[in-house]
Amino acid sequence: MLNIAVIFVGVILCIALILNLIRLFLGPNTADRILALDTMYINSIALILVYGMHSETPLYFEAALLIAMLGFVSSVAFSKYLLRGDIIE
Amino acid sequence: MVFEIIISVLLIIGGLFILIGSLGLLRLPDFYTRLHAPTKATTLGLGSVLLASMVFTYKIEGYISVNELLITLFLVITAPVVAHILAKVGFHHQVKMTANTRNQELVKVARVRGKPQNKIEE
Amino acid sequence: MLKRIFPLPHHSILIFAVWLMLNNSLSPGHILLGIVLGILIPYLSAPLRIPQPSIAKPLKLFPYVLMVLKDIIVANIQVALLVLGPTKNIKPGFIAVPLDIKDDLPLTVLASTVTMTPGTVSAEVSQENEYLYVHVLHLPEDEQEIISYIKTHYEAKIKEIFGC
Repeated sequence: MLNIAVIFVGVILCIALILNLIRLFLGPNTADRILALDTMYINSIALILVYGMHSETPLYFEAALLIAMLGFVSSVAFSKYLLRGDIIE
Repeated sequence: MVFEIIISVLLIIGGLFILIGSLGLLRLPDFYTRLHAPTKATTLGLGSVLLASMVFTYKIEGYISVNELLITLFLVITAPVVAHILAKVGFHHQVKMTANTRNQELVKVARVRGKPQNKIEE
Repeated sequence: MLKRIFPLPHHSILIFAVWLMLNNSLSPGHILLGIVLGILIPYLSAPLRIPQPSIAKPLKLFPYVLMVLKDIIVANIQVALLVLGPTKNIKPGFIAVPLDIKDDLPLTVLASTVTMTPGTVSAEVSQENEYLYVHVLHLPEDEQEIISYIKTHYEAKIKEIFGC
């Protein structure tokens, strides 16, 4: 039963990622694209965790943590660039 | 068996919330309303997936893993920051709003970080 | 003397706890390394820090966190219903919330709470921290209702916690 649930959620997360990808392509402006990218980071963390559960190893948490941190920093850097035209003032 | 049911329920709730967040990102009419769906829904969704994976580690390895709590905590702290700074980007680039947005004049004031009393003339 | 070794005692404890959580172990080696990091990092970074008001009543933090967690769940169900329903019915809007809190750290906590809770995203703070601009996903007819909700539910409690 658990296996079915894990695969089901994996499929849901893939659909969510595709929806984000559509928003990333549609735009209509840069702020929307950054938002879509940020959501993709979060969804991919969930996908990695679900994959870790599927293969029954706790090895993927480090990857999830790294994506969480880098995702946040890169979203803020993108936004900062759009606000000032410069990342470090 | 009990563990399996708990894990499955948490996983499916989390997956559905993440799907709703992404659906909101696609469906909602303008940038500011789109900001709501991912910041809220995906954070709770990911939180419940992380909870499921915590229970799962306990079931497989026999100890309570606290790594996941760290990720959840980190996301709860950072998600509002990203939303706030993206809203600022929206103001700065004068992103289009849907026509039925109320108090649109506040955007012009907020853009220069002024007070709502000082109206800005075009 | 103690002040020189631990310039930021709360940070030392936090770094120690996070280090153990990251490694997911309580072995003596990690505890030792955690203590070393907990002393070294605050020692190096204390001169860079901008002073912030400290938490006056730590015990009030727990009911606040529980209330916010409950609000996050309510927020998610409300937003989910709005997203799944017809999007024509959504009436978004901006409001300006006058602030009593002037310090940066309590204000950050308030803005983050506002973002995580029902249908509101904090968007900008006016100069001198006088107004918080908030985007509301579904603005009711009486916008004063939502402003007073934020002020009584969140701001008053944060003021109490930080004692400012």
